[in-house]
Amino acid sequence: MAKMAVMIAPKPDQAPRVDQVGVDERVARFRARSIKKSSKVQALNLVLSQIDLTTLEGQDTPGKVRQLCQKAMRLHDSLPDIPHVAAVCVYPMMVAEAKKALGSSGIKVASVATSFPSGMAPTKVKLEEIQLAVELGADEIDMVISRGKFLEGKYQEVFDEIVACKEACGEAHLKVILETGELGTLDRVRHASELAMQAGADFIKTSTGKIQPAATMPVTLVMLQAIRDYYYDTGRMVGMKPAGGISKAKLAIHYLVMLRETLGEAWMSPDWFRFGASSLANDVLMQLQKQRTGVYQSEDYFSKD
Amino acid sequence: MNKRIAPHKLNFDTGWAYSPAPESIDHVHIKDQYKLFIGGKFVAPKAGKYFNTINPANEKVLARVAQAGATDVDRAVNAARGAYDNIWSKMKPAERGKYIYRIARIIQERAREFAVIESVDGGKPIREARDVDIPLAAAHFFYYAGWADKLNYAFPCRTPQSLGVAGQIIPWNFPLLMAAWKIAPALACGNTVVLKPAETTPLTALKLAEVIEAADLPPGVVNILTGDGSTGAAIVNHDDVNKIAFTGSTNVGRIIQHALAGTDKKYTLELGGKAANIIFADAAIDQAVEGVVNAIFFNQGHVCCAGSRLLVQESVADEVVFKLKERMQTLIVGDPLDKNTDIGAINSAAQLERINAYLDLGQEEGAEMFQCGGKNPDKGYWCQPTLFTNVAQSHRVVREEIFGPVLAIQTFRTLDEAVAKANNTQYGLSGGIWTDKGAKIFNVGAKIRAGVIWANTFNKFDPTSPFGGYKESGVGREGGMHGLSAYLDLH
Amino acid sequence: MDKTVKAEGRSIDSASARVKSSAAKPASRGRAKPPAATRLGVAKTYKLYINGKFPRTESGRYFTLADTKGNIAANMCRASRKDFREAVLAARSAFNGWAGASAYLRGQILYRIAEMLEARAEQFVTELKLMGLDKRAASREVTATIDCLVYYAGWTDKYPQVFSSVNPVASSHFNFSILEPVGVVSILARQESALLGFVEAIAPVIAGGNTAIALASEQNPLCAISFAEVLHSSDVPAGVINILSGYRNELAEQFASHMDVNAIIANGDDASEIKMIQEQAANNIKRVIIRKKSIAADPYQIIDVQETKTTWHPIGG
Repeated sequence: MAKMAVMIAPKPDQAPRVDQVGVDERVARFRARSIKKSSKVQALNLVLSQIDLTTLEGQDTPGKVRQLCQKAMRLHDSLPDIPHVAAVCVYPMMVAEAKKALGSSGIKVASVATSFPSGMAPTKVKLEEIQLAVELGADEIDMVISRGKFLEGKYQEVFDEIVACKEACGEAHLKVILETGELGTLDRVRHASELAMQAGADFIKTSTGKIQPAATMPVTLVMLQAIRDYYYDTGRMVGMKPAGGISKAKLAIHYLVMLRETLGEAWMSPDWFRFGASSLANDVLMQLQKQRTGVYQSEDYFSKD
Repeated sequence: MNKRIAPHKLNFDTGWAYSPAPESIDHVHIKDQYKLFIGGKFVAPKAGKYFNTINPANEKVLARVAQAGATDVDRAVNAARGAYDNIWSKMKPAERGKYIYRIARIIQERAREFAVIESVDGGKPIREARDVDIPLAAAHFFYYAGWADKLNYAFPCRTPQSLGVAGQIIPWNFPLLMAAWKIAPALACGNTVVLKPAETTPLTALKLAEVIEAADLPPGVVNILTGDGSTGAAIVNHDDVNKIAFTGSTNVGRIIQHALAGTDKKYTLELGGKAANIIFADAAIDQAVEGVVNAIFFNQGHVCCAGSRLLVQESVADEVVFKLKERMQTLIVGDPLDKNTDIGAINSAAQLERINAYLDLGQEEGAEMFQCGGKNPDKGYWCQPTLFTNVAQSHRVVREEIFGPVLAIQTFRTLDEAVAKANNTQYGLSGGIWTDKGAKIFNVGAKIRAGVIWANTFNKFDPTSPFGGYKESGVGREGGMHGLSAYLDLH
Repeated sequence: MDKTVKAEGRSIDSASARVKSSAAKPASRGRAKPPAATRLGVAKTYKLYINGKFPRTESGRYFTLADTKGNIAANMCRASRKDFREAVLAARSAFNGWAGASAYLRGQILYRIAEMLEARAEQFVTELKLMGLDKRAASREVTATIDCLVYYAGWTDKYPQVFSSVNPVASSHFNFSILEPVGVVSILARQESALLGFVEAIAPVIAGGNTAIALASEQNPLCAISFAEVLHSSDVPAGVINILSGYRNELAEQFASHMDVNAIIANGDDASEIKMIQEQAANNIKRVIIRKKSIAADPYQIIDVQETKTTWHPIGG
C-alpha cells in the first residue's frame, strides 16, 4: 500500500481541525459507558489478547526477557480459557532471546528500533537497526518519528524516513510511534497520524512510554478518527496502539468502548488494536478472577515478571 | 476524509454488545399517591381529584397525583402571600440565602434518588438525569443562594425590591432543573412561590417539596401544585399573583401574555425554538458531528434550544451527513434506566403522536428520511433518531418546532446565506456555529438573532449563564445576574 | 414634563378633531401673527418622516392643528396604517446597518442631533410658544431636550460595559453576555410634552442601536415633525427614525400588533389602551414597555429595548 501512496507529505493545513474540548467531551461519554457482567468478561479477554507485554529498560537482561515471555504464554494458569497476549515488546538486542522463548506459542515478537526512544540518530543508522531486528526474528517493528524535525516543520523528511523504514521492515509490520506527549496539540497529533499512515504505517502508536503524558484517551480518539477517515478514503485498515499509562482493566475497557464506537467490529482484534503495557495484564487477570469467584483479589496471587 | 463521500463503511454491529446496566432503584421510594404542597403541608385537593403519572418507557402507573383546582390555587397563593408578608420579605437576606443553600445541599445528597425518579417519570436517560439535570439543579440553588444578600450590587443606581408572590409554570423536559431555574432566583430575590410542574412529570417537584420541608423553609414560601393546564391558567389569572414565570410552548406563552394584558403582573416567558446549527467547511468536523448529535438527540430532542436545523456548507455536506449517519449507528435507544442508554423514551403518548405526525409530514413534503432502523421496545413511547435531508426553508419540518429527535438538514454556500437561513424563523432562542476561525465566530455570532450562541459546542448550561430568547422564543432571561431582574422591582 | 399643552377651542379628543378636519377654515395659516402687510409669510408644510424622506400620508387625510388663538397652525398628516407599514419596512431595512454601527459612531450621531437642535433652538421655542408655552418654559424644554440627547450620546459606548458580563461557568468554556438591540421598536410618544417627551422616548431606543417608528403627540405634533428636519441634517441614516403624526386611537393597535415590530414603548396611562396594546403585542411575543409617567433620562431605558445574547466557546488547545 505504501508504494501506492502519493509520496508527498501532507501539510498541517491538509489535516482536519481538532477541537480539544470537543474531544474531551466525547471521551467523557465513552467513559460513562457502564460495562458489566458478560460484556465485561468478554472485554477483559479481548484486552488480554491485545496486550503487547513490554520491557524496555536499560537494565533488561536475557533472563528478564525469558521471564516475561513465560508470563506472556502462561498469564494465569488457574483461569481457564483465557487468551495469550498478542506480542512481547523488547529492544533489538533481546529479540533473539524472546523469539527463542516464545517458540511456537503464536505470540509475536515486537522490537522497538530507530534509536528508540529519542530517534536522535541518522536515518542510515535507524534503517540498519530495523534490518538487524528483522533479521533476528522480529515480527513487528515499533519505530519512533523524528519529533524534532516534525516540530521544525520538516514534514517531508519525517515522511521520507517512515517510507524508508517501512521498506526496511520487509515482511515485518511497522508501528509508527508519534510520541504524542511531545507534539503538544491534538491538531499536531492528527497531522502526524495522517503523515504516518500515508507514509505506509501498518499501525500508529501514541507513545514510547518514556515521556509523560503517554497514551491518553483524547489522543487515542484523535488517532482513531484519523484511521477511520483514512479507511473511508482508501479502504486500507491501519492498526492502533496506545502505549504507556494504561495499567488498569477499567481504563482499558474504556479504550475498547472508544474503539468499538469509532472504528467498529473490524478493529476489535489483536490484529488491529494493541495495548502497549507492562502491568495491565495482571489487573485484567484480577478482574477476571473476581468475575469468576465474586471475590475481590490481591496482587499477591498473580505472578509478576 | 478528503471532502468526499466515503466508499468504505464501518460495521458497528459488533460481537461485543454492552450487557444491560440498569441503575439500581432499590433506594428510591415513590408513594402511591401525592397530595398538594401548600403552606408547608401536603394537603388533599379540595375537589378530591387525582390523575396518574406514568413511566413512558413501559406505560406503567408510577403514582396518583393530585389535580389542583381553582380553590387549591387560591389556598396556595394565600399561603404564599402570608409567608411573603409575615416572614420571607422581612427576613434578613443572608438568612434567606442560607435556606437556599440548604436546598442545594439536600439535592446533592439525594441526587441519585432524584436522577432515578426523573428518568422513570419523564423517560430521559439516567445518564443525562444523573450528569446534567440533577447536578445543574443543585448548582442553580447554590448559585442564587449567594445572590440573596448581594442584590444591590447587581443593578447600579437601583434599590431592588422583591415583587411578592411568583406563579411559576414549568415544562416536562427538565422537570427538576426547570423548578430550580424558577424557584432559586425567586427566593433569592425575596419572593414566595407557587409552582406547577408539568402534568406528565410531577414527581421530582413533589420530591423537591420534601426537600423544602427538610430544609425547614417557613411554611408557604414554596407551594407546589400539580395539575393540568387549567391549574396553570388559575395561577396566571389569580389576582394576588405579582409575577408569572412560564416555560413551555410559544402558543401557550402567547395565551399567557394575552391573559396578563391589563394587569400589573410582571412576566418572563421561555418559549419555543428552531435553532440553526451552522457547520462551516473549516470546522473541526468530527467534533461538529458530535455537536450535532448533542444538539438534537440530547433528551430525545425535547429541548427548546435544540439544534433542530442543521445548516452545513455544501463543500462538506456529504462528509458531515455521512459521518452523522455513521455516528447514529452507535446511539443506544432504549431503557432510560440503563446507564448506557443515549436516547430514552418520548415523554408521553401525545408527544409521540405529534412527532410521528411530523415524520409523516416531512416525507409527504418530499424530504428524505433517515433512521438507523433500530427496534423499539414493545411497550412505551419511542422514536428512533431521525434525519431529514433534501429539505428547504419552506418545509414545515424546517419551520416548526417538533420537540423530538428529528433533525432537518439543509446546505448553504456562503456565510450570508447561512445567516439568512438561520434567521428566517419566528424563533430566536439559540444558535450553533462550527468553524476553526475565530473571526468568523464573532461575525456570525453577532448576526444570529438568538439569545444563546454556542460556538464549537452546543446545549451547554450553567447557573451563571443567562438563557432566553429573542423574538417568539420568549421574554426575559433566566440564569446569571440577568436572571435576577425578572424577580425584582427595579424602579 | 408635566406641562400640558391645550389647544384652545379644540378638544383633544381625536373624534372631534376629525370633525374639525372637514370644517377647517383657511385663516392666516402658519403664523398666529402675520408680519406687516408688506410680505406674505411662507408657511411650513408638516409632513411625515419615513425612510429619510418627507412624504405626505398615502391616505391624503389630514387634521388641523389650532394655535392658542384658535387659528389653524397647520394641517397635519393623519397617517394611515399603510404609512405605518411603510415606516416599519424602512426601520427594518435600516436595522442591520444601525445596529452594526459602532457605539462611537452612534454616540457621535446623537451628539450631532443635539448640535443641530441647539442651532435651531429658536424655531422650536417658537413652535412651543405657538402651542401655548410661555417663552421661559419653551426655552427650558428645548434646552432640556438638547441635554437629553447629549446624555444618551454619552451612553452609547458605556452601557455595554456596565450591563454586560463574563459568566464564570463551571465547564471549560469562555462565556459572556452582551447586549444587542431588540430590533424595530414602535413608540407612542407622550401626549403632553411636544418635544422633550418625544425625544426622551426616541433617544434611548436609537442609542441602543434599534430603529424606531414614533407617533408624535396627537395634541402637539409640530415639534416632532420639525425634529425630523433636525434628524435629517444630523447624519442619522434613513429609516433609523421614522415619525408619524395622526390619531393615536387609530394607530395604536397597528403599533402594537405588527408582526415585524419587536418591541413597543407606550407612553401614557390610559388603562384600556394599555390593555389593548398588551393583548395585541402577544401576537408575536412583542416586548411591551409601558411608561405611565415621564421618567428622567437613565440608562435602564436603553436596557428596556435590549436583548441579552450569551455566547459560549470552548477553552482548549
